[in-house]
Amino acid sequence: MADSKVGYIHSIESFGTVDGPGIRYVVFFQGCPFRCLYCHNPDTWKFSGGTEMSVDAVLEGYERNREFYKNGGLTATGGEPLMQLDFLTELFRKARERGIHTCLDTSGASYAESKREVYAFLLRFVDLVLMDFKHSQREGHIRLTGAPPDGPWAFARQVEAAKVPMIVRHVLVPGITDIPEQLRDLGVLMAGYGNVVGLDVLPYHTMGVSKYRELGLAYPLEGVPSLTPQEAKWARGVILSAFREERKRLRGSGHETGST
Amino acid sequence: MSDAWNTFVPGIWKKEIDVRDFIQKNYCPYMGDDSFLAEATPRTEALWAQVMDLSRKEQEAGGVLDMDTKVISSITSHGPGYLDKDNETIVGFQTEKPFKRSLQPYGGIRMAEKACSDNGYEIDPQVVEFFTKHRKTHNAGVFDAYTPEMRACRSSHIITGLPDAYGRGRIIGDYRRVALYGVARLIEDKKEQKSSTRTIMYSEVIREREELSEQIRALEELVELGKIYGFDISRPAENVQEAIQWLYFGYLAAVKEQNGAAMSLGRASTFLDIYAQRDLADGRFTEEQIQEFVDHFVMKLRLVKFARTPEYNELFSGDPTWVTESIGGVGIDGRPLVTKMSFRFLHTLHTLGTAPEPNLTVLWSVRLPEAFKRFCAKTSIESSSIQYENDDLMRVTHGDDYAIACCVSSMRLGKEMQFFGARANLAKCLLYAINGGVDEVSKKQIGPKFRPITSEYLDYDEVMDRYRDMMKWLAGVYVNTLNIIHYMHDKYCYERLQMSLHDKDVTRWFATGIAGLSVVADSLSAIRYAKVRTIRDADGIVVDYETEGDFPKYGNDDDRVDSIAYDLVHTFMEYVKSNHTYRGGIPTTSILTITSNVVYGKATGSTPDGRKAGQPFAPGANPMHHRDIHGAIASLSSVSKLPFKDAQDGISNTFSIIPDALGKEDPEFSFELEPDCACCVPNLPAQDV
Repeated sequence: MADSKVGYIHSIESFGTVDGPGIRYVVFFQGCPFRCLYCHNPDTWKFSGGTEMSVDAVLEGYERNREFYKNGGLTATGGEPLMQLDFLTELFRKARERGIHTCLDTSGASYAESKREVYAFLLRFVDLVLMDFKHSQREGHIRLTGAPPDGPWAFARQVEAAKVPMIVRHVLVPGITDIPEQLRDLGVLMAGYGNVVGLDVLPYHTMGVSKYRELGLAYPLEGVPSLTPQEAKWARGVILSAFREERKRLRGSGHETGST
Repeated sequence: MSDAWNTFVPGIWKKEIDVRDFIQKNYCPYMGDDSFLAEATPRTEALWAQVMDLSRKEQEAGGVLDMDTKVISSITSHGPGYLDKDNETIVGFQTEKPFKRSLQPYGGIRMAEKACSDNGYEIDPQVVEFFTKHRKTHNAGVFDAYTPEMRACRSSHIITGLPDAYGRGRIIGDYRRVALYGVARLIEDKKEQKSSTRTIMYSEVIREREELSEQIRALEELVELGKIYGFDISRPAENVQEAIQWLYFGYLAAVKEQNGAAMSLGRASTFLDIYAQRDLADGRFTEEQIQEFVDHFVMKLRLVKFARTPEYNELFSGDPTWVTESIGGVGIDGRPLVTKMSFRFLHTLHTLGTAPEPNLTVLWSVRLPEAFKRFCAKTSIESSSIQYENDDLMRVTHGDDYAIACCVSSMRLGKEMQFFGARANLAKCLLYAINGGVDEVSKKQIGPKFRPITSEYLDYDEVMDRYRDMMKWLAGVYVNTLNIIHYMHDKYCYERLQMSLHDKDVTRWFATGIAGLSVVADSLSAIRYAKVRTIRDADGIVVDYETEGDFPKYGNDDDRVDSIAYDLVHTFMEYVKSNHTYRGGIPTTSILTITSNVVYGKATGSTPDGRKAGQPFAPGANPMHHRDIHGAIASLSSVSKLPFKDAQDGISNTFSIIPDALGKEDPEFSFELEPDCACCVPNLPAQDV
C-alpha cells in the first residue's frame, strides 16, 4: 500500500487514559454513520471536514513523545475509524512495525461481509478492540443508532475469529439501555464471543450538550439526567451475572466459544 | 566518640561534617508497600483537634490570632510554647504560644509595622523608634542605594516581588547536622574554620571572620533554645525522637530569625529513617510511636507563621511558608533514597489530613520503587497535596543530597545557597520594546528612550530587534537591583543560623526569575504567523492589539512557537550572565510564578497574543489558559523543551486534571473473566502483570 494515504482526522488527544490500557495517543477519526442519541462527539459525525493527515504525520506526533506511551499505545476512535478503512489499516500496520500497541475503538458500524478480506487484513495489525455494543436488542439498536445491529455483531465475530482480544463497552442511558432485560441480553450476547476480556460500562453524561448547541443541533436527550458511577456498577453487575450464566450454559451444552 | 553513634556504620562522616556520607553508609532502601504504616494515635488526634480549633478561631479573627508587638524575635527571645505539653512528643513554637506571630523587624521596620497595623495591632513605638533611628534595617539600606531607575522599574512592576522589605528566604540550613553531630561539635568546627581564614585583612576576609563569629554565636543560642525546652542539644541525638527534635530546633531557630517567603526544611526523611530503623531493631520504639513523632513534627511545620501584609498574601494567594521537604529520589549509586520514613512523611497527609504545608515534594525518578510510586499516586489522589520534581534531571548537576527551596530551587544541602531574586516581567518588557520604554499603564518613560515601533502592523524582525535591546537593558537593571538587595541583606539581616549549618565555602546561586513566558511566546508567534495590528491612544502609545488569523500557540508541542519560548529563556539568561553578580553568585533563572501570575497580569497592559490588559498570566512555564488543546502530553512537551541549562533554578508547570481523566481503576476496566489477561497490558514484563 502507498505511504501517501490520507486520513481525515477530527483531532488528536496526546494524553488519553480511558480509551485502552496505559497512556494513549488517541486519534479521533472524522465521520460516523451512526447517530446515537447520546453521542457526545456530534462534531465528528460529518464526513466532510477534519484535518487531512498522512499516516506518517499521525505517527510523528506519537514518536515525539514515545516515552510517555511505553505502557500504553495508540487508539483509533472517532467518529468511526472503520469508515476510513484503508487509512486505518495503513496506520495500524505502520504502528505495529514500530512496535506500537494498537487499539481500535469501534461500534462496528459499516461492517459488510463483502469486505471480509479487507477487515481480516486490518485485524492482523490490531492488538485490542474496544467493541462498543450500543444495544443488545435489534429494535432498540435501530431506535438508538438508526441502524440494525447485524454489521456490528458480525464484525465482532470476525474479531473473535482473528483472535484479537476485545473489551466490550456499553453506554448506560436512562430509559434506553438501563433496562434490566437489555442488560441481561448484552451479557448473553457477550458470552457468545470467546475473545471478550473485559467490560467497560460508561454512565451517560451531559457533557456533549454544549457541542450540539455550537453545531446548531437539537439535543435528542434533552432533560435526561446523568448517571452516577454507582448506577454503572449496578448495570455491570447485571450484565456480568447474565454473562456468567450464559457461559456456564454454553459450556454445559458443549459449545466451544473460541476461547482457549 | 559518642554513644549515639555506636551502632552506625563508620565513615568519613565521623571525622568531617558530612551528612551525605552518613546517609549513604547507613540508610536502608525500602522497596515494600505502605502496609506497615500506623494510624494516628488518640494523642495525635486530640492535638490536631486543638490545632483545628485554633485555626478556626484564627480565621474568625480575620486571619491572625495574635501578634507579638514588643519582643523582637531571636533564637532565644521566647519562653517555651506548647499546645499541650504532656501530649506533644515534638515541641517548640516561634513564640511562647502557638498561633502567635513573631516580630521580625530586621528585614524592614515599615513592613513589620504595616503587617501589624493591617491586622489591627500596633508595634511598641519604642521598637519602631529603635529600628528607625538606631538600628538600620535591610529595607532602609536597600533604599539608600537604589537608583531612580531601579525605583521606577519597581513601582511600574517590570521587576516584581523583590525581597527588599523582608527576609529573602530560599536558604536551607542543613538542619540534619544538629541531630547527627550535636551543636557543640558544630561550634568546634566553625571555630576551626575561623582560625583558618586568611590573615591579610582584605574586606572579604574581614567579612568572612565577622560572619563566622555570627554563626558561632547563633549556634550558641541554638543550644540555649534547646535548654528553654529542657533539652541538651549540644550532644548528638541518640534516638529517632531526639533526632527529629534536634533537627526541628535547628529549623525553628531559623524561622525565629528569618521571615523569608520560602523557609524550606531540606531532605530530612531518609536521614531520620536511619535512627528509626535502629530504634525499631532495638525495640526502643514501635512503628506507632515513630509515626506519632513524625505527625507531631509535621504538625509543628504546619504551624510556622509569619506576620504578613494583605498585599503579600495577595501576591502569593494565601499565607504560604514553603516549608518544603524533599522526599525520595535516587542515589548516584543507583539505590533509591526511599525509606520507610519517606512513606511516614507522606502518610501525614492521611493521619493529619491534607494540607499545603509542609510542601511535601517527591523527587521523582523512573527508577523509584514501584510500590513507592503507587503509594505516591494513591496519596496524591486522596490529598492533592504532593509536589513532584524530576530527580533524573536534577541529580545530574546536584548529586543526590540536594533539596528544594520554595517550589523548584534545588541546592546541595550545606554546600550551596542562593540569593533569591524575584522576577522580571518579560511580557511588560515586550510592550516597552514596542512603546520605546514608555509604560503602557502609567504612560511614564520607565525604560530607555529607544525608538518605538510606529507601524500599524507589527513586523516580527523589527519587534525582535527592539525586544532584544529592551531585554538587555532589563537584565542589567534587574541584576544590579539584586546586587544591592543581597549586599544589604548580608549586611543588615544576615542568616547567621542557617549559614552556620553550611560548609565554610559555599556555592552561591544568583537566582533570577522570569514572569510571563507563555504570554511573550504566543505574542511573538502571533506577530510572526498572524497579523497583529496596533491600537494606539491619543499620544501614539500602543494600548491594545488586534490579531487577524490563527497562530501556533505554546502548549501544543508545536516547534514553531516552542522554539520561540526556548530562545526567550536562553537569550534573557545570556543577558543576565553578562552582568556582574554580587559575591561571585552564579546566575540562574527560574520560571515559576505559581501564584503571583495573577498580580503580574494585573499590572500589565494588553499583549499581542490576545490577552487583555489586567488579565492574569499563566503560572510559571504554563501555556496560557485554554490555549493548549491537544491534551496533557502535548502541553507538557512544550514545557519540557525549555532549556534547563538556562533555567537551573527551576521550571514549574502547574497542572490540574480531573481524577477521572487520569484513567480507570483496574477492576472497572477488565474483569477476571479469563486468567490470561496479559494481552490488555502492553509492553510490560511478564512478572509485573
